[in-house]
Amino acid sequence: MSLHLVLQNLANGLSLGSLYALIAIGYTMVYGILRLINFAHGEIFMLAPYFLFYGVLIFHLPWWTSIIAAIALTAVTGMLSERIAYRPLRDAPRISVLISAIGVSFFLQNLAIVIFTGIPKSVHRPAFFKRLFQFGEIRIQSTLFASVIVSTIFLTLLIYIVYKTKTGLAMRSISTDIETSRLMAVDVDKTISITFAIGSALAAVGGILWGLRFPQLFPLMGMMPGLKAFIAAVVGGIGNIPGAMLGGLLLGMSEILFVAFLPALSGYRDAFIFAILILILLLKPDGILGKNVQEKV
Amino acid sequence: MELLNVDNITMKFGGLTAVGNFKLKIVPGELIGLIGPNGAGKTTVFNMITGIYTPTINKIYFQDRDITGIKPDKIAKVGIARTFQNIRLLENLTVIDNVMIGFHLHLKSNLASAILKFPNYVREEESIYRKSMELLEKVELEKYELEKAGSLPYGHQRKLEIIRALATGPKLLLLDEPAAGMNPQETKDLMSFIQKIQNDFELTILLIEHDMKVVMGICRRILVMDYGITIAEGNPAEIQNNPEVIKAYLGVDVNYA
Amino acid sequence: MKKQNEKIFTILALIVLGILVYLAESNLDPYKLRILNLGAIYVTLGVSLNLIYGFTGQFSLGHAGFMAIGAYVTSLLVLPAYYKEMIFILEPLVWPFTVMHTPFIIALLLSGLFAAIAALLIGLPVLRLKGDYLGIATLGFAEIIRIIANNIPQITNGALGIKGIPEFTNLWWTAGVAIVTIYIIKGLIHSSYGRALMAIRENEIAAEVIGVNLTYHKVMSFTISAFFAGVAGGLFACLLTTIDPKAFMFVMTFNILIVVVLGGLGSITGTVLAAFLFNFSLEYLRPIEAGFNIGPIIIPAIPGLRMVSFSALLLIVILYKQNGLMGGIEFSWKGLARFIRKIFPNKKSSEGSSI
Repeated sequence: MSLHLVLQNLANGLSLGSLYALIAIGYTMVYGILRLINFAHGEIFMLAPYFLFYGVLIFHLPWWTSIIAAIALTAVTGMLSERIAYRPLRDAPRISVLISAIGVSFFLQNLAIVIFTGIPKSVHRPAFFKRLFQFGEIRIQSTLFASVIVSTIFLTLLIYIVYKTKTGLAMRSISTDIETSRLMAVDVDKTISITFAIGSALAAVGGILWGLRFPQLFPLMGMMPGLKAFIAAVVGGIGNIPGAMLGGLLLGMSEILFVAFLPALSGYRDAFIFAILILILLLKPDGILGKNVQEKV
Repeated sequence: MELLNVDNITMKFGGLTAVGNFKLKIVPGELIGLIGPNGAGKTTVFNMITGIYTPTINKIYFQDRDITGIKPDKIAKVGIARTFQNIRLLENLTVIDNVMIGFHLHLKSNLASAILKFPNYVREEESIYRKSMELLEKVELEKYELEKAGSLPYGHQRKLEIIRALATGPKLLLLDEPAAGMNPQETKDLMSFIQKIQNDFELTILLIEHDMKVVMGICRRILVMDYGITIAEGNPAEIQNNPEVIKAYLGVDVNYA
Repeated sequence: MKKQNEKIFTILALIVLGILVYLAESNLDPYKLRILNLGAIYVTLGVSLNLIYGFTGQFSLGHAGFMAIGAYVTSLLVLPAYYKEMIFILEPLVWPFTVMHTPFIIALLLSGLFAAIAALLIGLPVLRLKGDYLGIATLGFAEIIRIIANNIPQITNGALGIKGIPEFTNLWWTAGVAIVTIYIIKGLIHSSYGRALMAIRENEIAAEVIGVNLTYHKVMSFTISAFFAGVAGGLFACLLTTIDPKAFMFVMTFNILIVVVLGGLGSITGTVLAAFLFNFSLEYLRPIEAGFNIGPIIIPAIPGLRMVSFSALLLIVILYKQNGLMGGIEFSWKGLARFIRKIFPNKKSSEGSSI
């Protein structure tokens, strides 16, 4: 394979990986705090580009307003899902909460079918996002730049919030021990709401970039990217934010490079992702950056 | 011939040496006490003997057979049983099930005859049930037969855990702080219970205990550990007067006394 | 109540069930029969998942994969040879699948066997993992199985799927398999091996120290569970008459998991109830999206509304019944007798002495 093709694929992998990273954050933060695999997160991701699409098409909002509105609406949806379906189950068995998450996922998927119909919708991208940049022989879509730059900005912002602000401290404290945090006067409910809002907003950013890159929307579009982003979070070390970013990038890269180097096996690209997951779990069950916690006997 | 020969084992976790050069030879019929301050490495020794940890250096022999690195269930099978400092019962199962499970490792009937309830299995199950009830009667828990194990009072749970260990038919029994959380009367009962089961089941017992009355009362040989190493060994009188032991327990040098 | 009496009651109940199946088969329309069949297949799926998750405590999300194996094995074994030539358009079916043909019952048993072999191969490395990690790894394997099915058109006809599978499945089969599944899994649970499985669920370290071989018991439970999932997959294929890889996405596993959790983890009775409730409510909500009138207001047909209502219903049930419908309680003749005596306390109470 020629150098420019390798570079081309690396660029594509980087852009896909940064989208996975954005979605993976929501999984990892929620898991870190509630020990819940939020299976509805993929649907949250799916809603954002729909909101954007309808904002522009039906309400004739300008692009930038529409994007901000879509992110805000998605964040609110995420918070609402926690408030309605997870908070009442805080003392319930963990599996009940998981079933609730699956319920929310089904609900949002089908609500999307009811409201947006099951027919795939194509997104009309503004001219900027259709542009192609040429560097020698490498051609790079503007959305690729956008995804890398935008995700870097948002992930930096996230790191700042989690590690430098009081809210971030509250989040980290709850993820260590929810009961003790409550005793320390941390507002647990509020912090969990904020966590869902942040996770959902990042998924919304990912969803919008996804919609601009692969401009076709359908209600089930969140399932596979959602599952893969969750795998990214597990591979990086679930509960660990830098781990989710690393896992996302790694998975995006592997997926693109697998198809690039073994085009004959491209039908197995998702199987390859699952194989990586299983391999990592068997070799290092707590993920690449996860801490190894052993049960004390 | 020794029953158990712990040959100079060392256990390291990362850079930390939890137990260093630990030696212990037990002959059949002994009742040995293992004492020492919290964090001295006593439970780690138990974990190595029962296969939960594998010693970093050197080996453990049981009846001259190397059992180092063998899985806990295999170690139970050769005849070593234990209890836990923080009781580990099968809390949502009944009291009788908690005892009956101890007999599982000697079950002769195969899976198919157990599922389809062939006569050979039914006979074996009945005999397991009878033996379990006998064990429960020994600790006067037979009336709680069908209660959930987790709902028993603390003292009963300790006794249940001990007879569950007995159900596996051990030659060597390791008891990890059996008197913890018991009042003086319960402790006294426990002491005679331990001596009784030692006689009835021809057991060899290794006992971790903080309650000195228990250790001094029933053990003829005592090992003292501190910071992962054995600092003293001897009969109760020797241990009580050993300056190293007093230092370890009181944290002061008592040479001047 | 004496053991002898319980046996008699059970036999009577089975006879009654047989009569009901006979009546249903001869009187109900195909649509209603299909719902009942689905319910019974879900009983098999749910009870088998309950074995590995509810009783052994191992979070397995691989059921859809084992079902898929069963569905394809049965389809390939019961499809007539000339039909195989016709439907494999992408790539012709490879030998020996072209000539293999067995009766339905053998096909079902082989479906279970192949699913069990897959479970054995997967379980040996993976069952060392715990909790959610195990769940996500088994889900990964199930997805890999599905993706492989998608990519070997010479055996599975790829994404097009297999059509025209003979409709062998009827209530005799589905109810029969469900009863055999319950009988065997109940027999396992109420044995020394079953105690060992529950010991693993309760406290893995304690179980191991008492002498329970973790690997053997976990893999045994996983394999038996997969066997029945495979058989259920075969029944499923011969009920729907058409299968494709999409039918076995992880959503299928979620459906089974919902049945098990809603029924109450570790309760076979609960699973049976939930399996039928699940399928009934899915069907009874169908009119919602067909459009209807409330007085003068005309509600048009809205596709998707059925599943929206269904998931809302699911959420409500899980929010109010956090431990499932049965909360881990099991049906027994003794329990029923006690219940009846509670409702009719004036009956002779001296009979109660045998309880």
